[in-house]
Amino acid sequence: MKIEILGMGCPKCKKLTQNAQQAAKELGIEAEIIKIEELEKITEYGVIMTPAMVINNEVFSPGKVLSVEEIKKVINSIS
Amino acid sequence: MKNQIKIFIIIGGFLLFYFLPLESFSFRNPLFEALAMLNMYAREHVIFSLIPAFLIAGAIYQFLDQNAVLKYLGAKTNKVLAYFVASISGSVLTVCSCTVLPLFSGIYKKGAGLGPAIAFLYSGPAINVLAIILTARVLGWQLGLARAIGAVIFSIIIGLCTHFIFLSEEKERQSNGELQFGSSESDPDGRTGFQNLLYFISMIGFMVFANWAKPQAGDQSLWALIFQYKWHLAIAFVLLFIYILVTWFQKQEITPWLESSWSFTQQILPLLFLGIFFAGLLLGRPGEEGFIPSRFIATLVGGNSLSANFFASIVGAFMYFATLTEIPILQGLIGSGMGQGPALALLLAGPALSLPNMLVIRSVVGTKKTLVYITLVVIMATISGMIYGNIIN
Repeated sequence: MKIEILGMGCPKCKKLTQNAQQAAKELGIEAEIIKIEELEKITEYGVIMTPAMVINNEVFSPGKVLSVEEIKKVINSIS
Repeated sequence: MKNQIKIFIIIGGFLLFYFLPLESFSFRNPLFEALAMLNMYAREHVIFSLIPAFLIAGAIYQFLDQNAVLKYLGAKTNKVLAYFVASISGSVLTVCSCTVLPLFSGIYKKGAGLGPAIAFLYSGPAINVLAIILTARVLGWQLGLARAIGAVIFSIIIGLCTHFIFLSEEKERQSNGELQFGSSESDPDGRTGFQNLLYFISMIGFMVFANWAKPQAGDQSLWALIFQYKWHLAIAFVLLFIYILVTWFQKQEITPWLESSWSFTQQILPLLFLGIFFAGLLLGRPGEEGFIPSRFIATLVGGNSLSANFFASIVGAFMYFATLTEIPILQGLIGSGMGQGPALALLLAGPALSLPNMLVIRSVVGTKKTLVYITLVVIMATISGMIYGNIIN
Protein backbone atom coordinates (compact mmCIF):
# COMPACT_ATOMS: atom_id res chain seq x y z
CA MET A 1 0.00 0.00 0.00
CA LYS A 2 1.26 3.46 -0.85
CA ILE A 3 0.36 6.31 1.47
CA GLU A 4 1.30 9.81 0.41
CA ILE A 5 1.24 12.79 2.74
CA LEU A 6 0.83 16.13 1.00
CA GLY A 7 2.12 19.29 2.63
CA MET A 8 4.82 21.90 2.26
CA GLY A 9 6.56 21.18 5.53
CA CYS A 10 4.37 22.68 8.22
CA PRO A 11 4.24 21.02 11.67
CA LYS A 12 0.80 19.56 10.91
CA CYS A 13 2.15 17.62 7.94
CA LYS A 14 4.83 16.08 10.11
CA LYS A 15 2.23 15.12 12.67
CA LEU A 16 0.06 13.46 10.03
CA THR A 17 3.08 11.56 8.69
CA GLN A 18 3.87 10.27 12.17
CA ASN A 19 0.25 9.25 12.70
CA ALA A 20 0.20 7.38 9.39
CA GLN A 21 3.40 5.53 10.25
CA GLN A 22 2.01 4.64 13.65
CA ALA A 23 -1.28 3.44 12.16
CA ALA A 24 0.47 1.24 9.59
CA LYS A 25 2.65 -0.21 12.31
CA GLU A 26 -0.27 -0.96 14.59
CA LEU A 27 -2.18 -2.63 11.78
CA GLY A 28 0.93 -4.58 10.87
CA ILE A 29 0.75 -3.76 7.18
CA GLU A 30 3.50 -3.04 4.70
CA ALA A 31 3.02 0.58 3.82
CA GLU A 32 5.25 2.91 1.90
CA ILE A 33 4.79 6.36 3.35
CA ILE A 34 5.97 9.19 1.15
CA LYS A 35 5.99 12.89 1.94
CA ILE A 36 5.14 15.09 -1.00
CA GLU A 37 6.30 18.68 -0.62
CA GLU A 38 6.28 19.93 -4.21
CA LEU A 39 3.53 22.47 -4.75
CA GLU A 40 2.93 21.26 -8.29
CA LYS A 41 2.18 17.70 -7.24
CA ILE A 42 -0.07 18.82 -4.41
CA THR A 43 -2.10 20.89 -6.84
CA GLU A 44 -2.23 17.99 -9.29
CA TYR A 45 -4.18 16.05 -6.70
CA GLY A 46 -6.55 19.01 -6.48
CA VAL A 47 -5.67 19.54 -2.84
CA ILE A 48 -5.69 23.11 -1.55
CA MET A 49 -5.93 22.57 2.18
CA THR A 50 -2.81 20.86 3.50
CA PRO A 51 -1.97 18.47 5.03
CA ALA A 52 -3.81 15.73 3.16
CA MET A 53 -3.48 11.99 2.95
CA VAL A 54 -3.55 10.16 -0.38
CA ILE A 55 -3.95 6.40 -0.57
CA ASN A 56 -3.87 4.72 -3.98
CA ASN A 57 -4.47 8.09 -5.70
CA GLU A 58 -7.56 8.82 -3.63
CA VAL A 59 -7.52 11.95 -1.46
CA PHE A 60 -8.64 11.68 2.14
CA SER A 61 -9.16 14.44 4.68
CA PRO A 62 -7.75 17.55 3.01
CA GLY A 63 -6.87 20.10 5.67
CA LYS A 64 -7.19 17.80 8.66
CA VAL A 65 -4.68 15.97 10.80
CA LEU A 66 -6.27 12.55 11.20
CA SER A 67 -5.56 10.70 14.41
CA VAL A 68 -3.96 7.25 14.43
CA GLU A 69 -7.38 5.67 15.04
CA GLU A 70 -8.99 7.59 12.18
CA ILE A 71 -6.23 6.57 9.78
CA LYS A 72 -6.69 2.93 10.78
CA LYS A 73 -10.38 3.22 10.00
CA VAL A 74 -9.63 4.69 6.56
CA ILE A 75 -7.12 1.94 5.78
CA ASN A 76 -9.53 -0.76 6.92
CA SER A 77 -12.35 0.66 4.83
CA ILE A 78 -10.22 0.35 1.69
CA SER A 79 -8.73 -3.08 2.08
CA MET B 1 42.81 23.92 7.57
CA LYS B 2 40.31 23.13 10.30
CA ASN B 3 42.75 24.21 12.99
CA GLN B 4 43.35 27.49 11.20
CA ILE B 5 39.65 28.26 11.20
CA LYS B 6 39.47 27.47 14.91
CA ILE B 7 42.37 29.80 15.64
CA PHE B 8 40.72 32.59 13.67
CA ILE B 9 37.48 32.11 15.55
CA ILE B 10 39.24 32.19 18.91
CA ILE B 11 41.30 35.27 18.03
CA GLY B 12 38.22 36.95 16.61
CA GLY B 13 36.24 36.16 19.75
CA PHE B 14 39.08 37.42 21.94
CA LEU B 15 39.31 40.73 20.04
CA LEU B 16 35.54 41.14 20.08
CA PHE B 17 35.23 40.72 23.82
CA TYR B 18 38.46 42.65 24.52
CA PHE B 19 37.18 45.73 22.75
CA LEU B 20 33.51 45.35 23.66
CA PRO B 21 32.42 48.96 24.25
CA LEU B 22 30.45 48.18 27.39
CA GLU B 23 30.85 51.67 28.80
CA SER B 24 29.42 53.33 25.75
CA PHE B 25 25.78 54.36 26.11
CA SER B 26 25.04 53.86 22.44
CA PHE B 27 26.15 50.26 22.77
CA ARG B 28 24.48 49.45 26.07
CA ASN B 29 21.19 51.11 25.36
CA PRO B 30 20.12 48.96 22.38
CA LEU B 31 20.79 45.81 24.41
CA PHE B 32 18.70 47.23 27.21
CA GLU B 33 15.99 48.17 24.72
CA ALA B 34 15.87 44.65 23.28
CA LEU B 35 15.25 43.20 26.73
CA ALA B 36 12.81 45.99 27.59
CA MET B 37 10.83 45.25 24.43
CA LEU B 38 10.60 41.55 25.35
CA ASN B 39 9.59 42.55 28.86
CA MET B 40 6.86 44.84 27.50
CA TYR B 41 5.40 42.13 25.25
CA ALA B 42 5.55 39.50 27.98
CA ARG B 43 3.70 41.81 30.38
CA GLU B 44 1.20 43.45 28.11
CA HIS B 45 0.44 41.13 25.24
CA VAL B 46 0.90 37.50 26.17
CA ILE B 47 -1.88 36.76 28.64
CA PHE B 48 -4.65 38.93 27.27
CA SER B 49 -3.95 38.90 23.54
CA LEU B 50 -1.62 36.15 22.38
CA ILE B 51 -3.03 33.26 24.41
CA PRO B 52 -6.68 34.01 23.55
CA ALA B 53 -5.68 34.67 19.94
CA PHE B 54 -3.98 31.28 19.62
CA LEU B 55 -6.98 29.60 21.24
CA ILE B 56 -9.30 31.31 18.77
CA ALA B 57 -7.09 30.38 15.81
CA GLY B 58 -7.11 26.76 16.97
CA ALA B 59 -10.87 26.83 17.37
CA ILE B 60 -11.38 28.26 13.90
CA TYR B 61 -9.22 25.53 12.46
CA GLN B 62 -10.91 22.78 14.41
CA PHE B 63 -14.59 23.73 14.59
CA LEU B 64 -15.34 25.81 11.51
CA ASP B 65 -16.11 23.91 8.35
CA GLN B 66 -13.47 25.20 5.94
CA ASN B 67 -15.13 23.38 3.07
CA ALA B 68 -18.15 25.63 3.38
CA VAL B 69 -15.86 28.48 2.35
CA LEU B 70 -13.65 26.58 -0.09
CA LYS B 71 -16.44 25.41 -2.33
CA TYR B 72 -16.98 29.01 -3.41
CA LEU B 73 -13.47 29.05 -4.87
CA GLY B 74 -14.05 26.16 -7.28
CA ALA B 75 -14.12 26.41 -11.06
CA LYS B 76 -17.88 26.52 -11.37
CA THR B 77 -18.56 29.30 -8.93
CA ASN B 78 -20.09 32.58 -9.94
CA LYS B 79 -17.08 34.83 -10.62
CA VAL B 80 -18.26 37.84 -8.63
CA LEU B 81 -18.86 35.66 -5.60
CA ALA B 82 -15.47 34.02 -6.05
CA TYR B 83 -13.67 37.38 -5.82
CA PHE B 84 -15.60 38.33 -2.74
CA VAL B 85 -14.99 35.02 -0.97
CA ALA B 86 -11.31 34.94 -2.00
CA SER B 87 -10.74 38.40 -0.56
CA ILE B 88 -12.13 37.59 2.89
CA SER B 89 -11.54 33.86 3.25
CA GLY B 90 -7.99 34.35 4.52
CA SER B 91 -9.51 35.18 7.88
CA VAL B 92 -10.61 31.58 8.43
CA LEU B 93 -8.31 29.60 6.15
CA THR B 94 -4.78 30.71 6.77
CA VAL B 95 -2.39 31.17 9.56
CA CYS B 96 0.97 30.60 7.96
CA SER B 97 2.43 30.99 4.52
CA CYS B 98 2.83 27.24 4.07
CA THR B 99 -0.96 26.95 3.80
CA VAL B 100 -1.38 30.06 1.63
CA LEU B 101 0.65 28.79 -1.32
CA PRO B 102 -1.18 25.46 -1.93
CA LEU B 103 -4.46 27.37 -1.78
CA PHE B 104 -3.17 29.93 -4.26
CA SER B 105 -1.86 27.32 -6.65
CA GLY B 106 -5.05 25.25 -6.43
CA ILE B 107 -7.41 28.17 -6.97
CA TYR B 108 -5.36 29.30 -9.98
CA LYS B 109 -4.96 25.94 -11.70
CA LYS B 110 -8.11 24.08 -10.82
CA GLY B 111 -10.44 26.56 -9.23
CA ALA B 112 -11.88 29.99 -9.87
CA GLY B 113 -8.86 31.22 -11.84
CA LEU B 114 -6.14 33.86 -11.78
CA GLY B 115 -8.06 36.85 -10.39
CA PRO B 116 -9.53 35.19 -7.28
CA ALA B 117 -6.22 33.35 -6.67
CA ILE B 118 -4.35 36.66 -6.65
CA ALA B 119 -7.01 38.28 -4.45
CA PHE B 120 -6.62 35.45 -1.96
CA LEU B 121 -2.82 35.62 -2.07
CA TYR B 122 -2.83 39.32 -1.29
CA SER B 123 -5.38 39.46 1.49
CA GLY B 124 -4.72 36.13 3.20
CA PRO B 125 -1.71 37.00 5.36
CA ALA B 126 -3.12 40.39 6.30
CA ILE B 127 -6.53 39.31 7.57
CA ASN B 128 -5.82 36.10 9.38
CA VAL B 129 -7.26 36.33 12.85
CA LEU B 130 -3.91 36.43 14.68
CA ALA B 131 -2.63 39.30 12.56
CA ILE B 132 -5.77 41.39 13.02
CA ILE B 133 -5.84 40.89 16.80
CA LEU B 134 -2.19 41.70 17.36
CA THR B 135 -2.09 44.64 14.93
CA ALA B 136 -5.08 46.25 16.62
CA ARG B 137 -3.72 45.60 20.09
CA VAL B 138 -0.14 46.74 19.55
CA LEU B 139 -0.40 49.37 16.84
CA GLY B 140 -3.86 50.71 17.66
CA TRP B 141 -7.31 49.81 16.37
CA GLN B 142 -7.20 52.42 13.59
CA LEU B 143 -4.21 50.79 11.94
CA GLY B 144 -5.66 47.32 12.60
CA LEU B 145 -8.91 48.28 10.92
CA ALA B 146 -7.15 50.06 8.05
CA ARG B 147 -5.02 46.98 7.48
CA ALA B 148 -8.02 44.66 7.29
CA ILE B 149 -10.13 46.94 5.09
CA GLY B 150 -7.17 47.92 2.91
CA ALA B 151 -6.22 44.30 2.36
CA VAL B 152 -9.74 43.23 1.38
CA ILE B 153 -10.51 46.13 -0.97
CA PHE B 154 -7.13 46.19 -2.65
CA SER B 155 -7.02 42.43 -3.04
CA ILE B 156 -10.15 42.62 -5.18
CA ILE B 157 -8.74 45.49 -7.22
CA ILE B 158 -5.40 43.74 -7.76
CA GLY B 159 -7.19 40.49 -8.63
CA LEU B 160 -9.40 42.22 -11.19
CA CYS B 161 -6.44 44.12 -12.69
CA THR B 162 -4.41 40.95 -13.25
CA HIS B 163 -7.49 39.22 -14.63
CA PHE B 164 -8.04 41.91 -17.24
CA ILE B 165 -4.34 42.27 -18.09
CA PHE B 166 -4.20 38.55 -18.88
CA LEU B 167 -7.78 38.25 -20.14
CA SER B 168 -7.01 36.52 -23.45
CA GLU B 169 -4.71 34.02 -21.81
CA GLU B 170 -7.25 33.24 -19.11
CA LYS B 171 -9.96 32.57 -21.70
CA GLU B 172 -7.82 29.99 -23.45
CA ARG B 173 -6.68 28.31 -20.30
CA GLN B 174 -9.08 25.58 -19.31
CA SER B 175 -9.04 24.51 -15.74
CA ASN B 176 -8.20 20.85 -15.61
CA GLY B 177 -9.71 18.62 -13.01
CA GLU B 178 -11.60 19.52 -9.91
CA LEU B 179 -10.60 20.57 -6.46
CA GLN B 180 -10.83 18.05 -3.68
CA PHE B 181 -12.82 19.44 -0.81
CA GLY B 182 -13.16 16.27 1.19
CA SER B 183 -16.36 15.11 2.69
CA SER B 184 -18.41 17.86 4.25
CA GLU B 185 -20.10 15.55 6.70
CA SER B 186 -18.32 16.48 9.87
CA ASP B 187 -18.72 14.55 13.08
CA PRO B 188 -22.14 15.00 14.54
CA ASP B 189 -21.00 17.20 17.38
CA GLY B 190 -24.51 17.91 18.54
CA ARG B 191 -24.09 21.67 18.64
CA THR B 192 -26.21 24.14 16.78
CA GLY B 193 -24.68 26.98 14.79
CA PHE B 194 -25.87 29.31 17.51
CA GLN B 195 -24.01 27.39 20.18
CA ASN B 196 -20.81 27.48 18.12
CA LEU B 197 -21.27 31.20 17.59
CA LEU B 198 -21.67 31.77 21.32
CA TYR B 199 -18.49 29.81 21.92
CA PHE B 200 -16.51 32.14 19.65
CA ILE B 201 -18.22 35.21 21.09
CA SER B 202 -17.24 34.21 24.62
CA MET B 203 -13.55 34.05 23.66
CA ILE B 204 -13.60 37.25 21.64
CA GLY B 205 -15.61 39.03 24.35
CA PHE B 206 -13.03 38.21 26.97
CA MET B 207 -10.25 39.53 24.78
CA VAL B 208 -12.04 42.74 23.84
CA PHE B 209 -12.92 43.71 27.41
CA ALA B 210 -9.67 42.53 29.02
CA ASN B 211 -7.84 44.86 26.61
CA TRP B 212 -10.26 47.79 26.93
CA ALA B 213 -8.10 50.90 26.66
CA LYS B 214 -7.97 53.47 29.41
CA PRO B 215 -10.11 56.51 28.56
CA GLN B 216 -8.79 60.07 28.83
CA ALA B 217 -9.21 61.76 32.20
CA GLY B 218 -12.63 63.35 32.69
CA ASP B 219 -14.23 61.21 30.01
CA GLN B 220 -17.79 60.39 31.11
CA SER B 221 -18.87 58.43 28.06
CA LEU B 222 -19.91 54.80 27.78
CA TRP B 223 -16.27 54.03 26.94
CA ALA B 224 -15.17 55.21 30.41
CA LEU B 225 -18.02 53.35 32.08
CA ILE B 226 -17.03 50.13 30.38
CA PHE B 227 -13.41 50.69 31.39
CA GLN B 228 -14.47 50.95 35.03
CA TYR B 229 -16.14 47.54 34.86
CA LYS B 230 -13.86 45.92 32.29
CA TRP B 231 -12.69 43.12 34.58
CA HIS B 232 -16.26 42.28 35.60
CA LEU B 233 -17.20 41.99 31.95
CA ALA B 234 -14.07 40.02 31.04
CA ILE B 235 -14.64 37.56 33.87
CA ALA B 236 -18.29 37.18 32.92
CA PHE B 237 -17.17 36.10 29.45
CA VAL B 238 -14.64 33.66 30.91
CA LEU B 239 -17.38 32.08 33.04
CA LEU B 240 -19.65 31.84 30.01
CA PHE B 241 -16.78 30.22 28.10
CA ILE B 242 -16.17 27.63 30.82
CA TYR B 243 -19.89 26.89 31.04
CA ILE B 244 -20.04 26.33 27.27
CA LEU B 245 -17.01 24.05 27.31
CA VAL B 246 -18.36 21.92 30.14
CA THR B 247 -21.92 21.56 28.91
CA TRP B 248 -21.72 21.55 25.11
CA PHE B 249 -18.34 20.01 24.35
CA GLN B 250 -17.16 16.46 24.57
CA LYS B 251 -13.74 15.66 25.87
CA GLN B 252 -12.52 14.21 22.58
CA GLU B 253 -13.30 17.53 20.88
CA ILE B 254 -11.36 19.64 23.32
CA THR B 255 -8.06 17.78 22.89
CA PRO B 256 -7.76 18.34 19.09
CA TRP B 257 -8.67 22.00 19.61
CA LEU B 258 -5.90 22.49 22.18
CA GLU B 259 -3.53 20.55 19.94
CA SER B 260 -4.24 22.89 17.01
CA SER B 261 -3.68 25.93 19.20
CA TRP B 262 -0.48 24.40 20.50
CA SER B 263 0.78 23.68 17.01
CA PHE B 264 0.15 27.31 15.95
CA THR B 265 1.90 28.48 19.09
CA GLN B 266 4.95 26.30 18.46
CA GLN B 267 5.12 27.49 14.91
CA ILE B 268 4.73 31.21 15.49
CA LEU B 269 5.80 32.18 18.99
CA PRO B 270 9.60 31.54 18.84
CA LEU B 271 10.04 33.61 15.68
CA LEU B 272 7.72 36.30 17.00
CA PHE B 273 9.81 36.77 20.13
CA LEU B 274 13.01 36.72 18.09
CA GLY B 275 11.44 39.48 15.99
CA ILE B 276 10.55 41.44 19.13
CA PHE B 277 14.13 41.13 20.38
CA PHE B 278 15.62 42.42 17.14
CA ALA B 279 13.04 45.19 16.81
CA GLY B 280 14.10 46.35 20.27
CA LEU B 281 17.80 46.00 19.48
CA LEU B 282 17.70 47.87 16.19
CA LEU B 283 14.92 50.37 16.76
CA GLY B 284 14.25 50.59 20.50
CA ARG B 285 10.94 51.00 22.24
CA PRO B 286 8.86 54.02 21.17
CA GLY B 287 10.76 57.14 22.21
CA GLU B 288 14.02 55.28 22.86
CA GLU B 289 17.02 54.66 20.65
CA GLY B 290 18.25 51.34 19.27
CA PHE B 291 21.25 50.78 17.01
CA ILE B 292 19.56 52.52 14.11
CA PRO B 293 19.23 56.26 14.85
CA SER B 294 15.67 57.61 14.88
CA ARG B 295 16.46 60.57 12.65
CA PHE B 296 17.54 58.11 9.96
CA ILE B 297 14.12 56.41 10.07
CA ALA B 298 12.32 59.75 10.24
CA THR B 299 14.10 61.04 7.11
CA LEU B 300 13.43 57.89 5.12
CA VAL B 301 9.84 57.07 6.02
CA GLY B 302 8.64 59.96 8.21
CA GLY B 303 5.64 62.07 7.23
CA ASN B 304 3.35 61.00 4.46
CA SER B 305 5.15 61.91 1.25
CA LEU B 306 4.91 59.86 -1.92
CA SER B 307 8.55 58.84 -1.65
CA ALA B 308 8.16 57.69 1.98
CA ASN B 309 5.15 55.56 1.09
CA PHE B 310 6.81 54.18 -2.01
CA PHE B 311 10.00 53.33 -0.13
CA ALA B 312 8.02 51.53 2.60
CA SER B 313 6.11 49.53 -0.02
CA ILE B 314 9.23 48.44 -1.87
CA VAL B 315 11.04 47.41 1.30
CA GLY B 316 7.94 45.56 2.49
CA ALA B 317 7.53 43.75 -0.81
CA PHE B 318 11.01 42.24 -0.82
CA MET B 319 11.57 41.67 2.88
CA TYR B 320 10.52 38.43 4.50
CA PHE B 321 8.46 38.69 7.66
CA ALA B 322 7.79 35.56 9.66
CA THR B 323 4.12 35.44 10.72
CA LEU B 324 3.31 38.37 13.03
CA THR B 325 6.89 39.70 13.26
CA GLU B 326 5.88 42.64 11.08
CA ILE B 327 4.04 43.99 14.13
CA PRO B 328 6.89 44.56 16.63
CA ILE B 329 9.11 45.76 13.78
CA LEU B 330 6.51 48.33 12.78
CA GLN B 331 6.03 49.33 16.39
CA GLY B 332 9.75 50.07 16.57
CA LEU B 333 9.67 51.96 13.28
CA ILE B 334 6.65 54.07 14.24
CA GLY B 335 8.29 54.81 17.59
CA SER B 336 11.37 56.00 15.69
CA GLY B 337 9.36 58.42 13.59
CA MET B 338 7.80 56.45 10.74
CA GLY B 339 4.58 58.07 9.49
CA GLN B 340 1.20 56.34 9.76
CA GLY B 341 0.76 56.20 5.98
CA PRO B 342 4.09 54.47 5.25
CA ALA B 343 3.36 52.15 8.19
CA LEU B 344 0.17 50.96 6.50
CA ALA B 345 2.00 50.68 3.18
CA LEU B 346 4.57 48.40 4.78
CA LEU B 347 1.86 46.38 6.53
CA LEU B 348 0.05 45.81 3.24
CA ALA B 349 3.03 45.02 1.05
CA GLY B 350 5.08 43.21 3.69
CA PRO B 351 3.41 39.93 4.60
CA ALA B 352 1.79 39.56 1.17
CA LEU B 353 5.13 39.37 -0.60
CA SER B 354 8.69 38.41 0.07
CA LEU B 355 11.61 37.37 -2.06
CA PRO B 356 11.19 33.63 -1.22
CA ASN B 357 7.48 33.56 -1.95
CA MET B 358 7.94 35.56 -5.16
CA LEU B 359 9.99 32.60 -6.39
CA VAL B 360 7.23 30.12 -5.51
CA ILE B 361 4.59 32.32 -7.12
CA ARG B 362 6.75 32.54 -10.23
CA SER B 363 6.92 28.74 -10.44
CA VAL B 364 3.11 28.62 -10.40
CA VAL B 365 2.07 31.49 -12.69
CA GLY B 366 5.27 32.36 -14.58
CA THR B 367 7.55 35.39 -14.64
CA LYS B 368 5.31 37.86 -16.43
CA LYS B 369 2.32 37.49 -14.13
CA THR B 370 4.56 37.58 -11.08
CA LEU B 371 6.11 40.87 -12.19
CA VAL B 372 2.66 42.35 -12.81
CA TYR B 373 1.54 41.18 -9.37
CA ILE B 374 4.57 42.68 -7.61
CA THR B 375 4.13 45.97 -9.45
CA LEU B 376 0.44 46.14 -8.57
CA VAL B 377 1.12 45.35 -4.91
CA VAL B 378 3.71 48.10 -4.65
CA ILE B 379 1.49 50.65 -6.39
CA MET B 380 -1.61 49.77 -4.37
CA ALA B 381 0.26 49.71 -1.05
CA THR B 382 1.71 53.13 -1.83
CA ILE B 383 -1.70 54.54 -2.74
CA SER B 384 -3.41 53.14 0.35
CA GLY B 385 -0.62 54.48 2.53
CA MET B 386 -1.11 57.96 1.03
CA ILE B 387 -4.86 57.83 1.55
CA TYR B 388 -4.64 56.55 5.12
CA GLY B 389 -1.92 59.03 6.05
CA ASN B 390 -4.11 61.87 4.80
CA ILE B 391 -7.16 60.66 6.72
CA ILE B 392 -5.21 60.32 9.97
CA ASN B 393 -3.57 63.73 9.73
